[in-house]
This record gives sequence, structure tokens and C-alpha cells, in this order.
Amino acid sequence: MLKTIIVSAFGAGLLVGAILTGVQLVTTEPLILHGETFEKAAEAAPAVAASVPHDHGADSVSHGPAAAPEAHHHDEGAWEPTDGFERSAYTLLANLLMGVAVSAILLGVMTLKGGRIDARTGVLWGLGGFFAASLLPSLGLSPELPGTAAAEITSRQIWWLSTAAASAVGLALIVFGSAWFWKAAGVVIAIVPHVIGAPQPPTLEAAYPAALGAEFVAASLVVSALLWSLSGVFSGWLYQRLSRSD
Amino acid sequence: MVTSSSSIPSIQSAASAQSRAVPAVLALAFGVLLFLGTGFAAPSMIHNATHDTRHALGLPCH
Repeated sequence: MLKTIIVSAFGAGLLVGAILTGVQLVTTEPLILHGETFEKAAEAAPAVAASVPHDHGADSVSHGPAAAPEAHHHDEGAWEPTDGFERSAYTLLANLLMGVAVSAILLGVMTLKGGRIDARTGVLWGLGGFFAASLLPSLGLSPELPGTAAAEITSRQIWWLSTAAASAVGLALIVFGSAWFWKAAGVVIAIVPHVIGAPQPPTLEAAYPAALGAEFVAASLVVSALLWSLSGVFSGWLYQRLSRSD
Repeated sequence: MVTSSSSIPSIQSAASAQSRAVPAVLALAFGVLLFLGTGFAAPSMIHNATHDTRHALGLPCH
């Protein structure tokens, strides 16, 4: 059974990764490259950025130097793919791995739950995954173009992962809970991370135009919805075919 | 007879739930680890290689 799951996850992941890379090339990628032109221009003129007054007045005690607007820190001198083919090739590789990862997660959860696994149930689980691991976390941490000011990375990653986990548990309780109090508990669990609140960026100012950021948020959510729903469709379909021939 | 025949399916379903659990948890763990490695791992080499994918999927980056 594990072999069927893993083979299905790899097959679906490769398909999804390839499709996703094509979609990204015409949606998110041009926006990322466009955003980076503003980011690089801002980095080239650091004196201007640094001279922006950042006066917190009385509350400057609570905001240490860590709260100063942080541009995005690339580890200077660290390896990075060169723009063009190499960069796209690594993006393709990362998308393939994400496709395999999401397919394995979905098949794992579907197997754990029991019941029918095919393209039809797969797409429902995939949409649930998108809801839990993309849509709800985006309410606190919206998808960011390069150059967006943001809180410290580790705190955001922890909030994102906790929110995705809480949303998944909450959604499962709402959908599968046998009594009303389980469903109510699911709603509460899904809401708690948003009551606690995501780590806030030090400033809402960005080097790029606001409309570019808005376009990117929509494009990113569409790409995530495709990742999760297509992973569900293809992994469910492949699993059904392969387990029949077992 | 009635009780014993009705208890067989429940024993079978319990056994199949148990036999499902191990591959299911292993697949889930594999998927989560791969997701974290691709979308969240800190080393700059991994970050730079997966940069555009992380941004495109709305994962926290930088």
C-alpha cells in the first residue's frame, strides 16, 4: 500500500510541478521579476531608504532596533541560481518537489481517513488542503512580493505552520465531526491563530507599487489553489488505477 | 450466529484500519518533511534555489 501511495505521489507530483511551473511563468514569475527591479533600485540607493524617518516617539522603548524596516536580506556571497534558464530550472525542481510533497500529504490523510480514493474525492481533499495551508494562513500573512517588509522570518514560519495545522484540524472537525460541539470546536480552533495574530511587518511601505502587490496576492492564491486541487485530482486518480492492478 | 456474523466485519474493519495506519502515517510524514525541506528550510542555498516557488505559493520567505 505504501508503495502504491509513494508511486502515485511521485507521478502526480511530477505532473503538477510541470503544470505549475508553466502557470507560474505567465502569472507570478513576471510579477516577482518586476517587483525585484524596485527592490534592487531601493538597495542601490540605501541612503534614501535609511533616511526615511522612522519615529515611533514614545513607544520607541518597546520597539528595539530589530523593529527597524528590514529590506530583504540576501546572504551576500551565498550561491544563487543565475537569472534565466538556471533560475527557472531550480523553480521547476522546487515545484516538482512541492507537487510530490502535497500529493503524499493528501494520499496519507485520505488513507488514514479510509474510504474511496479517486480523482473525485482527491479534488475535495485538495481543496480542503488549499483552504488550510494557503487561504486561511494568507489572512494573517499575505503572499509577499520580493522586497516586502516583514517581521523576522522564523516567527512568521512558526505562525504560518501553526495556522495551517490549526486550520487543518479545525476543518476536519467541521467536516467530519459527528456532533455540533465538535463542529463548533473546529470553528474555534481555526479562528484562534487569527485572534493571536500573525507577526506584523515593521512598516507597510514597499518599494513597489501597491497594485503590483495586489496582483501578486491574487496570482499566488490561484497558483496555490492549482497546486492543492491538481495534486488531489492526479494523486487520487493514479492511486485508484494503481491499487486496482495490485 | 447473528452476533458472530455481525462481529466479523467490525473485526475486519479494525484490522484494515490498523494495516492502513502505518503506510498512511509514513506517507504523511514523508510529504510533510519534503514540504518543509522545499518550502521552509533555512540554508541560503536551499532558500535561493526555491525562492520563486516559495514566493509564488505565498510561503514566508526571507
